[in-house]
Amino acid sequence: MESPLRLIALNPVDRLARTVEALLVVASAPLSLDELADATEDHPERIETAICLLRERHAEGRSGIVLEEVAGGFAFRASRDAADACARLFERPVERGLSQAALETLAIVAYLGPCSRPDVARIRGVAADSAVASLVERGLISEAGREPGQGGAVRYRTTPLFERVFGLESLAALPRLDDLGEDAAELRERLLEVAEARAS
Amino acid sequence: MLPTPVRELELELDAFEGPFDLLLTLLLKEELEPREIDVAAIVLAFVERTAERDELDLEACGEFLVLVSALLELKARALFPDEAAELGELEPEEAAEELARRLAEYRRMKEAAAWLLDRLGAEQDRFFRIGPAPLAPRAERVLARQDPDALAEALRALALPPPTVSLGHMALRFPPVSQFLERFRTVLSHRRVFDFDGEVEGLSRVEQAVALLALLELRKAGEIALSQAQAFAPIRVSRADDERIHEWKARSA
Repeated sequence: MESPLRLIALNPVDRLARTVEALLVVASAPLSLDELADATEDHPERIETAICLLRERHAEGRSGIVLEEVAGGFAFRASRDAADACARLFERPVERGLSQAALETLAIVAYLGPCSRPDVARIRGVAADSAVASLVERGLISEAGREPGQGGAVRYRTTPLFERVFGLESLAALPRLDDLGEDAAELRERLLEVAEARAS
Repeated sequence: MLPTPVRELELELDAFEGPFDLLLTLLLKEELEPREIDVAAIVLAFVERTAERDELDLEACGEFLVLVSALLELKARALFPDEAAELGELEPEEAAEELARRLAEYRRMKEAAAWLLDRLGAEQDRFFRIGPAPLAPRAERVLARQDPDALAEALRALALPPPTVSLGHMALRFPPVSQFLERFRTVLSHRRVFDFDGEVEGLSRVEQAVALLALLELRKAGEIALSQAQAFAPIRVSRADDERIHEWKARSA
């Protein structure tokens, strides 16, 4: 028998949105559309509709919980309004105290990964052992097989946690490498200018 | 010409002993392997020499830095011959291009690292849960109400010595060897020869074993003689004097 207090009947999308909401609350890592579709036994297209509904409900400024698309999936996070309170209660061990060497190593792995420690050392010009170990310990990079051949060096790639910590929807959200730094031709010109100035 | 403190710097290395300028000369003439030179020891020697002086000779320090850097580069090239060969094969123009390419690659990665750092700063107010969530709520384990007296009672029961385990079923009854000694002596007083197997037939394995021990005792005492046609054949027991008679007859024949 229907409850006499129930005034608003849920439509199917609403019902699905509630289920998706529940799954995202339970999950501690972002859930992809496929994972949500599997769990709800529903179509990905309908999940997308439900996600749109949830995005409206859990938007920044409207709720203490915000739905974001990150690391190839969807996840809840605290609203930015609550950041100060969160900071008083929780630490951020993953990104705290990341050294310049670790950041450069992380950038190399993010752009060129999977890549090995020798690859990183070749670009940076110094050994990358401690920086790689630190990033592995923080969970920002992880092993991804070995280089071809017997005794090949271990390769590393970034983890979904990396994307989450840096708020990236995926690695494709990183800026294009060509847009960063100086052009090799420009650099060469500058090097030649310096050399000529010294020679004279 | 090198400033005096650098030139006269006396070195005592595993691979070389003498002034610094001589070391450099030998290296340039390729009479000494750069890989064998302990650069750290040279730096240490220079620092000690500098510390002995009241004034810091900046010119000497500068020259020393340049020379040690060159030494390090030589050593690094010697340690990585493949890379040296790879670069050595390049024309100066190509080498400059390669250098610029590598530098540009590193610059881009540095920029990317700076971008990540900025991003991290911008995301400082994003908090989210990290770590695996429990797959299912864990049931709280509720302990039964505890009673100290019941605990003492349980411990008391545990402290009691265990009942003695009976080994009665494992006991073996050994008949005395003397019983079989007498028995065999009696048999031999009536018969000159008898078969051991026939004599102990029907006895238990333990009794048969004791009978064999008695037989060996009699043989040891020289009271009987034992013979056996072959392994596992019946053991024939005879009086000792009969054996001696047999031996005498055999020798006479």
